[in-house]
Amino acid sequence: MRFVHRFSQAILTVFLALALVSPGRVVAAEPMPVVATFSILGDMVQTIGGARVQVTTLVGPNGDPHVFRPTPRHAQAMAGATLVFANGLGFEGWMERLVEASGFRGRMILVSQGIETLEAEGHHDHEHQHKASDDHGAPDPHAWHDLGNGKIYARNIAAALIAADPPGKGFYEQRRDAFVLEIAALEQELAASLATLPPGPHRVVTSHDAFGYFDHAYGIEFLAPQGVSTEAEASAKDLAGLIRQIRGQKVAAVFLENIADPRLIEQIQRETGARIGGTLYSGSLSEPDGPAATYLAMMRHNISALLAALRGK
Amino acid sequence: MIYDALVAPFLEFAFMRRALVGCLAIALGATPVGVFLMLRRMSLTGDAMAHAILPGAAIGFLVAGLSLSAMTIGGLVAGMAVALAAGFVARSTTLREDASLAAFYLISLAAGVLIVSVRGSNIDLMNVLFGTVLALNDDALFLLVAISTVTMAAIALLFRPLVMECLDPSFLRSVSGSSSLAHYAFLVLAVLNLVGGFHALGTLMAVGIMILPAAAARFWTREIGGLLSVAMLVGVVSSVCGLLVSFHWSLPSGPAIVLVAGLIYTGSVIAGPIGSLTARYWVRPHLEA
Repeated sequence: MRFVHRFSQAILTVFLALALVSPGRVVAAEPMPVVATFSILGDMVQTIGGARVQVTTLVGPNGDPHVFRPTPRHAQAMAGATLVFANGLGFEGWMERLVEASGFRGRMILVSQGIETLEAEGHHDHEHQHKASDDHGAPDPHAWHDLGNGKIYARNIAAALIAADPPGKGFYEQRRDAFVLEIAALEQELAASLATLPPGPHRVVTSHDAFGYFDHAYGIEFLAPQGVSTEAEASAKDLAGLIRQIRGQKVAAVFLENIADPRLIEQIQRETGARIGGTLYSGSLSEPDGPAATYLAMMRHNISALLAALRGK
Repeated sequence: MIYDALVAPFLEFAFMRRALVGCLAIALGATPVGVFLMLRRMSLTGDAMAHAILPGAAIGFLVAGLSLSAMTIGGLVAGMAVALAAGFVARSTTLREDASLAAFYLISLAAGVLIVSVRGSNIDLMNVLFGTVLALNDDALFLLVAISTVTMAAIALLFRPLVMECLDPSFLRSVSGSSSLAHYAFLVLAVLNLVGGFHALGTLMAVGIMILPAAAARFWTREIGGLLSVAMLVGVVSSVCGLLVSFHWSLPSGPAIVLVAGLIYTGSVIAGPIGSLTARYWVRPHLEA
């Protein structure tokens, strides 16, 4: 695995070197101003856009994108931006009003375009109750937790950047390819690690239902007391159902999330005696010095925390 | 069947027992305060003070993180400051108490929203500041039970001056020096119970469990003792029923509890024996010929 990772780094280095010497590259005097709605997307855009873009991220590290309240500074950043990158799939419910209010005239890119969406409801086969009002039949927006979708995000971002800044085509393509290669390397690493797990259902508990795509792609089942958004309040029935399930089935550990209220999970932990497996990063990156400062670091952190819990260590 | 519906949830789940203890503590502590608020025509004052607590709790959270004591002390200080400032302005200027209270609570509320929004990119502070009854930990339970105990003891001690002040404040002032003591002690109790209610019920539900049972009790008895006991009973019944409704029908617990209290209130307005719609407008056939 380490070999694959090194390999990908080597390729990245080569590409970067190529980028530096390639004759077609002319650095624009002013980097192109773009906006990304939340920190994970901001990191991706920065990774692909490099020095040619100036990224403003609306919901910063450890912020909760579900309940974000924009301020005039955010509207100002939008108004001055050439491109706005949003996840789409109903993730940024506040986006439409902000676009209107800010007088944004550029292009809005929904980076989740072209992914195979999962419905928020019914992606688990367990009888976990969702509140019908908030997520019935709507798509689950947390698509980036499948590394395969991460690649699609990268391609969508690169395509949009090229369309807005044609002279940088080669530059963006090289950085995109390097990024996609890194994602692919992590994917292979993950697949190999998953293969070493003991068989049987792999179940963990998190505070809100953000890991449907992770579940779908890698076969780790996530149970949660809250629906897909952190906005909804949990009901006694949801909590009771979850606790019964933890008691009755094999659940490796309960996990806290960086953007959700930890108290419900602590209550579940007290009630069931389940182990706390650490903190997962679901809808936001950590601070730059934290364990999940970039998209790849976040995926790596989540994967290793989950694998450690599932191995019982 | 009935056992399964009413008792089993509490036996099976510790979080239901914790929620029950927390709600009962609030019902027993906050409803007597609600009765006196109602008798003194201060029901909306409770609502105003509930808003006033916000900046204090927010500052407590920003200083000490998710610390129960910091948020409680912050809320208490902010609530008391608003109550006292409003009282001072009402006594010293031409502005009446309701207007000055409204002014101060709006200032306080705006300050609270501002403080919350300064950290706006972070976890939604409103959710964090105001807990959910399903996630009461040991500290929160001790706090709720302590508040309830202190409230009941204080009301027992101050019972006579409190009742007197409701009925004839100027008479009390003329015969005893305990008038202002009773007044300020009562304000402390009200804020204390609102802060406790916030930790358990979240957002503005705390005022609901304080005021609705008192308002419902008004239609059942005229005696002050009766009012207190009926209000406590309504509070307890709402807590238990609300939790069970939340458990069986998958509804959020805080609003469920307050809505049950609201239903009891509506029923009392219609059918209570004293001063209700039925008592006033439904003319019974006379028994004597």
